[in-house]
Order: sequence, then structure tokens, then C-alpha cells
Amino acid sequence: MIAASELAAGHFPILTAIVVVPAVGALAVALMSKRRPEFVKLTAILVSVFTAALSVWMLASFKSGEADFQFVSKHEWIKTWGISWHLGVDGISLFLVVITGILFPLCIVGVDPQHDEKPYLAWLLLLEAGVMGSFLSLDLFLFFISFEIVLVPMYFLIGGWGHENRVYAATKFFIFTMFGSAFMLVGIIATVFIARGSVGHITFDLVELATKANFASSTARWLFFAFAIAFAVKVPMFPLHTWLPDAHTQAPTAGSVVLAAVMLKLGTYGFLRFGLYLFPSAARHSRAIFLTLAVVGILYGAIAATMQKDLKRLVAYSSVAHLGFIVLGTFAFTSQALTGSVLQMINHAVSTGALFLLVGMIYERRHTREIAKLKGLQKVAPVFAGVFMIVMLSSIGVPGLNGFVGEFLILIGSFVTARWWTVVATSGVILAAVYLLWAYQRVFHGEPDEDNRTFAELRSKEGMVLLPFVVAIVFCGIYPKPLIDRIQPSVKALITHGGYYDPQPVVNKVGEQP
Amino acid sequence: MIAADPTFIAPSIDWSALTPLLVLLGGGLVLLVGAALTPPWPKRAYAWSTVAIGIAALVMTFIEWHRISRSGPKFLIGGALSFDAFSMFATITICVGVILTSLITEDYLRREGMDGPEVYGLYLMAAIGGVVMAMANDFIVLFLGLETLSIALYVLAASHRKRIESQESGLKYFVLGGFSSAFFLYGIALIYGGTGSTNFTKIIASFDSVAAHRKDALILVGIGLLLVGLGFKVSAAPFHFWSPDVYEGAPTPVTAFLASVGKAAAFAAMLRVLVVALPNWKDDWQPVIWTIAVVSLAVGAISAVVQTNVKRMLAYSSINHAGFILLGVEAAGHAGGSTGRGMPAAMLYLLLYSVLTIGSFGVVTLVSRTGDGATDLNSFRGLARQKPAIALAFTVFLLAQAGVPLTSGFIAKFGVVQAGVEQRSYALAIIAMVTAVVSAFLYLRIMVSVWLEDPAAGDTGREPVTVPFSAAVAITLCVGFTLLVGFFPGWLIDASDKVVQIAGR
Repeated sequence: MIAASELAAGHFPILTAIVVVPAVGALAVALMSKRRPEFVKLTAILVSVFTAALSVWMLASFKSGEADFQFVSKHEWIKTWGISWHLGVDGISLFLVVITGILFPLCIVGVDPQHDEKPYLAWLLLLEAGVMGSFLSLDLFLFFISFEIVLVPMYFLIGGWGHENRVYAATKFFIFTMFGSAFMLVGIIATVFIARGSVGHITFDLVELATKANFASSTARWLFFAFAIAFAVKVPMFPLHTWLPDAHTQAPTAGSVVLAAVMLKLGTYGFLRFGLYLFPSAARHSRAIFLTLAVVGILYGAIAATMQKDLKRLVAYSSVAHLGFIVLGTFAFTSQALTGSVLQMINHAVSTGALFLLVGMIYERRHTREIAKLKGLQKVAPVFAGVFMIVMLSSIGVPGLNGFVGEFLILIGSFVTARWWTVVATSGVILAAVYLLWAYQRVFHGEPDEDNRTFAELRSKEGMVLLPFVVAIVFCGIYPKPLIDRIQPSVKALITHGGYYDPQPVVNKVGEQP
Repeated sequence: MIAADPTFIAPSIDWSALTPLLVLLGGGLVLLVGAALTPPWPKRAYAWSTVAIGIAALVMTFIEWHRISRSGPKFLIGGALSFDAFSMFATITICVGVILTSLITEDYLRREGMDGPEVYGLYLMAAIGGVVMAMANDFIVLFLGLETLSIALYVLAASHRKRIESQESGLKYFVLGGFSSAFFLYGIALIYGGTGSTNFTKIIASFDSVAAHRKDALILVGIGLLLVGLGFKVSAAPFHFWSPDVYEGAPTPVTAFLASVGKAAAFAAMLRVLVVALPNWKDDWQPVIWTIAVVSLAVGAISAVVQTNVKRMLAYSSINHAGFILLGVEAAGHAGGSTGRGMPAAMLYLLLYSVLTIGSFGVVTLVSRTGDGATDLNSFRGLARQKPAIALAFTVFLLAQAGVPLTSGFIAKFGVVQAGVEQRSYALAIIAMVTAVVSAFLYLRIMVSVWLEDPAAGDTGREPVTVPFSAAVAITLCVGFTLLVGFFPGWLIDASDKVVQIAGR
């Protein structure tokens, strides 16, 4: 084990490999002959499984309990502009990378694009490279490139393999996100040039900027604002969320899964990594705005989800609500709430990813996503219904499953520093139960009618794809300690770096008088 | 005889410094005169000899570039021309433009049944004009270059003899272009009146005496008129009205030439005039450039969205790109041109954009089919099914023009925005990036047609798109360059940083 970690840390550039392997795989798939589709798919699966293996290897050799960036690899890229290929992973990004790595092979195996498989797989692998690059970059330029490049494969995935309104949804997605990035690009460049005085030279290196740069407080607020617009669009936060229901509903199943599970996390991760790390006091200054928008998002997303007729759109709006919790936890600035936020990013990835897969399976069988047309599926497909229920309960946040742990930590941690916002947000937990249980009731309970009587039971291949999700849901719900042990040191370091007030929970030993 | 006049001292001429210019001139004469006197050359010979001339000029330019970096910039022919990294960089851009445009022109001319040496000869003549503009250190020389370029371009725009739109385009360009040249010339006259010289070096030196004699009004009006003339040539709004019509009507390869070489030469002249000749008046011209930049950015992006003809779309997007380059010009003004990233960023943008736009118009040339008429959005429908490689190349160009990372277009935009932000032009930088989003919508619209839509119902009878050899070479080169610079821009950025070395500084 020690040998493996030393090898990983010292010699083999594992993070570079995690980014480059899918990119090269995408190129290979794109260049392969169309006449041998089975080869194409096999290559794509092998590449994504290899990436997953690399990310699991990284997880295994990650030193738990350390706050710093690990496996750092740094090479000069554009010297004149102070830009380098700088990758690193810490507790905040660790599990996001792992989940990305595991999710992609599951999507590739589990979802059939119906037509034009070769370009579909190439775009998917390119998307993986972009997402990995965003999570691992420690250079503002490299981050921006990765953050922006994911738009292109996603645009083509939605536009080429989506449902009836796909071109509209894909264009809206592209334009909204690019609008946010426009501000971030100017923000990044301005950060670098304004920091030149205190850092001493031009550099896009995140760690160097965060530790050496001094910004006047009004300057920092403007810069934070420029970054925040990009992340708020990506999360998406109310009122910039309108692209999300369209993109989710129209995207092909794999697109929705990736969008919900990892791409939305680019926004929340961005707030942590770039917002709070670079501009801690500016972030604190604007916390009221973000807490309010987060809470509005929680309630609005929940209420909108309740009203939906389309099952996929319902899940999409539930994402708006769930991500509201993550933002709430982020802007509470306590180590508990931040740990909860990071944990909730992973939980949401697992449960919403699985929900989209399940909804995709329903669509494949019935060619409709309309709740009113589905009825009594529990009778004809009990196992399918069982899996759906576990995933749904995890999304609601029922104790014993993963969703509870994250939400609970967020609410506890936020209560101390953002009391009334937390109080209001708590009602979101109840609303989640309302819309999801109601939807479950309408779709699965009752007697199946003529159309639904032939609904096929869960196939073994589908079961194999869903199994890792269910295992993760139960494991993280019962024993989240290994995750928290790795997340918390980095979160605490971030809190210390920002100089935030971080009340520690008072723990009474058993038998001690309070 | 002047030479016999004992008081006249002929300036010594460093012929070797003029080799790029001489190669272009000699080649142009061979094509125009030589080809007229010989029987028709074999297929592809005109185009590929133009390419050879372009490459020879390019090689000469590289040699001169190294000479400048060894022994420094200097003036030529008694201060009429300046021999520096700036002019050589512009020459490289122009030569690259000539080479790539000739390649996409080759098959086009044969397809349209008008193969001959004239178009190539005119390309080379226009290139000479452009190089002279970039090298000029004197308003009169600059004007000579401008007219050489413009007259060649007027003829080129009208060169499709069978298309009435091409005639219209040429005439429109000629009339409006002549008008703008008049503005420019009158501007020169007023500057001469104010400073007593047309030479850039002497104009800079005259600043103190101008201030003492209160001749500022004359010069300010002169600057205004110069800006109108230059704004027209670079097709910046509000002087852009000619460009969509001319771009649409001109033969498609010529449009590529207009948007690349024409624009690069005009911007080089603009930088020369504003940053080299008139830096002392920068507080006066800078707000004007700021305004023109904002108007160009907005007009280019917003008007492009409502177009249905791809050539017009690209024409408007070229106005938007002009706005981006003006961002670099504005930044160069802050720093007085001597330091800062404005000049390098603008020159780099011109080179990268030239390649992109030639690639884009190269694809449009192929899709426009015989008659050069099929350039509406519908003609692009289903291109991905018919010719996936061409569709992919087009997508790379469009994404690069939108400024998507890992393409040269991103490096270009990043450079000018960086230059602007360095000089604290935050508002301009943000406006520029937001208009880039608006124009991204336009590129997405074209991509939707190419990838996601099937050919229109009545479109089945259309001749298929063919990909001839020369055009394939040009498009491959453009794609390769776009991606190469997207991934590894360092070497080019370092080279462009040298353009701030200007003769006389």
C-alpha cells in the first residue's frame, strides 16, 4: 500500500492520466471505422473503465487526514502568460473525481443512444476529460478551459441525441453557461493583473494567488461577483436556473445523468474552490444574497417539482432544490456545513444520477415521461419499483440512506451562523417528501391499466448498472465516516484560510453531566 | 534630371530589407504580364505558383525577422518605410492569407469557368499594398499602399463576370471605398497642416511646437477624418454598411481575402497611424476608439443573429471581430504602444482570425456550388451527412470564432481581453465577452444546420458538395493551425510580443 501511494505520488502522473486518458480515448473513438461498431463501443468502455480504475487507485492511495493538495503535477504551459498545467486533488475534489470516474462507464454500458453510436461515445469521453480537468485544475486558465470545453460535447449530446425539443434546449444551455463564463473570464484576467502587485509577477496559479495576493475589499467583491455569476448559472441558482429543466428534459438519458451528477457540481465546486478560496472576505460580505437565493431555490424548486406533469422535469426541478441546500451549506462558512455540502454533492450525484437512469428506463419501455400515463408499475415490475423506491428515499433524505447525512450536516452547520435561512430551508426537506412520494404513488401504486400491463421487469444488465448506485446509497447512509475523514481536513483548512468563525460542536461524553 | 541635380541626395536603399516586398512584386508581374504573353498554363499552375511566391515571400520575411531581432529595427529609404518586427509580423499574416486564399481560389475559378492568372496577380498586388501599409512611416507612403490594396480589392470584388451580385459588390465597394479614401486623404492634409510634415517621426517630434502654436484643432479634425477612413477599411461600425453587401456579393474566395488580408492590412495601418504617429494625441483618439469598439461589437453580434445568409452572417461576425481587435488597439493607446499587450494582442488576433476566416469561407466556397449562389443557411443543411470531414472542419472554425477554448480563437480573444484588462478597461472587456456570447448563438445556428437538420425538402436536386484537392489542403492547414495554436500557443505569443519593437523608438 505504501509502495502504491509513493508510486502514485512521486512517479506516475496519475491526475494527468485521469484527464488525458478519456481525451485520447475520445480521439481514438472518433477516428475508428464506423463499420465495426462493437469495437467502437468496446474501446469506449475500456477507456472509461481504465479512467475509473485510475480514479479508484487515486482514492486508495490518497492520504486521509491531510488538508493539502496531493498528487500535484505542475508543468509550464504558456510561460509568457504565467500559465501552467497544474493539477492537484484534495478532500473537496477527491470524491467528485471518483464519482465522475465511476459514473461514465456505467452510463456508457447502461444507456443505448439508439443511433450514431460512434460520435455519441466520442463526445461522452471528451465530456469526461473536460469534467475531470475542471475538478483537478489548480490553474485559473486551465480551469476556465476545462469549464468551458464541457459545453461543446454536452451541446452536441443534447442536440444530437435528445428528445423532441432538443435544439432549443441545447442552444439555451450553451448560451446561458457561456454568458456566465464571459464574466468569469474577465474576472480571472482581472484577478491575475490586480494581484500582480502583491504576488510580484503574472501567474494564473490558484494556490499562489490565494496565498499571496492581497485585494482591496471593494476590488475583491467585484472579482468575486464575476466568478459567482458563472458558478450561479452552472449550479443553477434561482433566477438563473431556467436552462436546467429544458436541458435535463430534452437530453438523452446519459446526458441527463452526467449533467445532474457531475456538471452541476462544477458550479458548487467552483464556489468552494475559487470563490471562497480566492476571495474569502468578499464571499462573506455577499453571503446574505447567496443564502437567500439558495433558500428561494430550495422552496421554488420543490414547489415547481410538485407541479410537474413530466417525470423527468420533476427530477430536474428537484435538482434545483437539492443544489440550493449545497449552496446554503457553502455560504454558512462552518466546517460542518461545508463538509455537508461536499458530501451532499456526492449524494446528489448518486441519487439523482440513479433517478435519471430509472426515468430513462421507464421512457425506453413506455416512450412517455408523463406521470399521468404511468400507473400501477409496482404490480408488474416489483423489483424495478423497489430500486426506484430506495433511490427516491435517498433523494428525500430519509435517515439511514446517504441523502440524510449530507442534508443533516448542512442544516446543523448552517443553523449556528445562518439561523433563519436554515429554518426556512428545513421545510424543503418536507416538500421533497411531498413531491417525490406523490410522484411515486401516482406512477407505481394502483392497478396497472392497459398500456402499463406489459411494463417489463428490471433486466439483469440494468440491475448491474444500478447496483453500484444502491450500494453507494446504503453505504454512505450507514457509514459515512471514511468520506468525512477525507473531506473534513481540507474543509477545515479552507475555513481557517478564510478566517471564518467556526463554532465547534460541543460533544458531551457518555455519562457526563451537561 | 533629378539625379543630376547636385543638391539632391538619393537615399541609400537597403535592398535586402525589401526582399519580401520585391518577391511579391516580381511574382505579381510574372503572373500578370508573363501569363498574359504565354499560352494557358496547365491546370493548377497559376494557383500553385502564387502559393510558391507566397511561400518565398514568407521565407524572406522570416529571414528579415531574424535580422531584426539580431540587429534591431531601422528606417528604410530616407525614413519612408520602417523595417521592424511589427511590419514583418503583418507581412507574415498577409503572406499566409495570400497562400491560403490562393488554394481555395484554385478550384473555384475552374468550377466557375473563369480560370486565369488575373485573380492571383491581383491578390499579389493587394498584398504588396498591404505590406507597404504595414511598413509605412509616412502618410503619403501609407496612402500609396492603401490605394494599391484598395484598387486591387475593387477589381477582385467584381471579378465574377457571370454574377450580377459580384458586379454590384465591386461597384459599391469602389464608390464607398473611394469616398473613404477621400476622407483619409483630407485627414492627412490637415495633419500636415498642423504638424508641417507627413513623416511619422517628424510628427511625433513636432508635438511641442504644435502645442505652442495652438494648432490642435487642425490636428484633431485630421485625426477624426483619418479615423473615418480607417474605420471604413477595417469595417468597424458605424462605418461598416458596405461590408455585408460586398462580402455577400464578392466571389467567396475573394470574400475570404477581404476579411483576412484586407482587414489585417487596414488594422496594421490603423496601429501605425494611431500608436506610432499620433501617440501624443492618444487622449483624444482613445475615447473614439472605445466608442467604435463598443458599437462594432454590438452591431456585429446582434445584426448577425437575424441573418439567413451564411456569408452575411460571417460578414457581421467579422465586424464583431473588428470590435475585439479594437479592444487591443484601445489598450495599446493606454500604454502609448511602447509597452503593454495591446499591440501584440491585436496583431496576434489578426493572424489567428485571418486563418479562421479563410477556413470558414473556404468551406462556404465548397458549399456554394457552381454559380456561387448557394450560401443561405438551408444550403448547409445535412452537410454532416454528406461530407462529415468538411462539416467537422467547419465546426472547428465556428467554435474557434466563438472563442471556445483549445482553439486559436480562444487564444486571440484571451489576448485582447487580457490587454484591455491590464489597462483597466473592464467595461469594454465585459461588453466584448458578452457580445461573444451573442455571436456564439449565430455560430450555433450554423452548426445546427450542418449537424442536426436534414436537407430541406426541395433540396434533393442540388449538386453534391465536392472537395477538390487544393481546397482540401487549405482547409486542412487551417484546421491544423487552429488546433495547434489552441493547444500550444506559447511560441506564437512570444513571437507576437516582439511587435512592440518599432523603428525609431
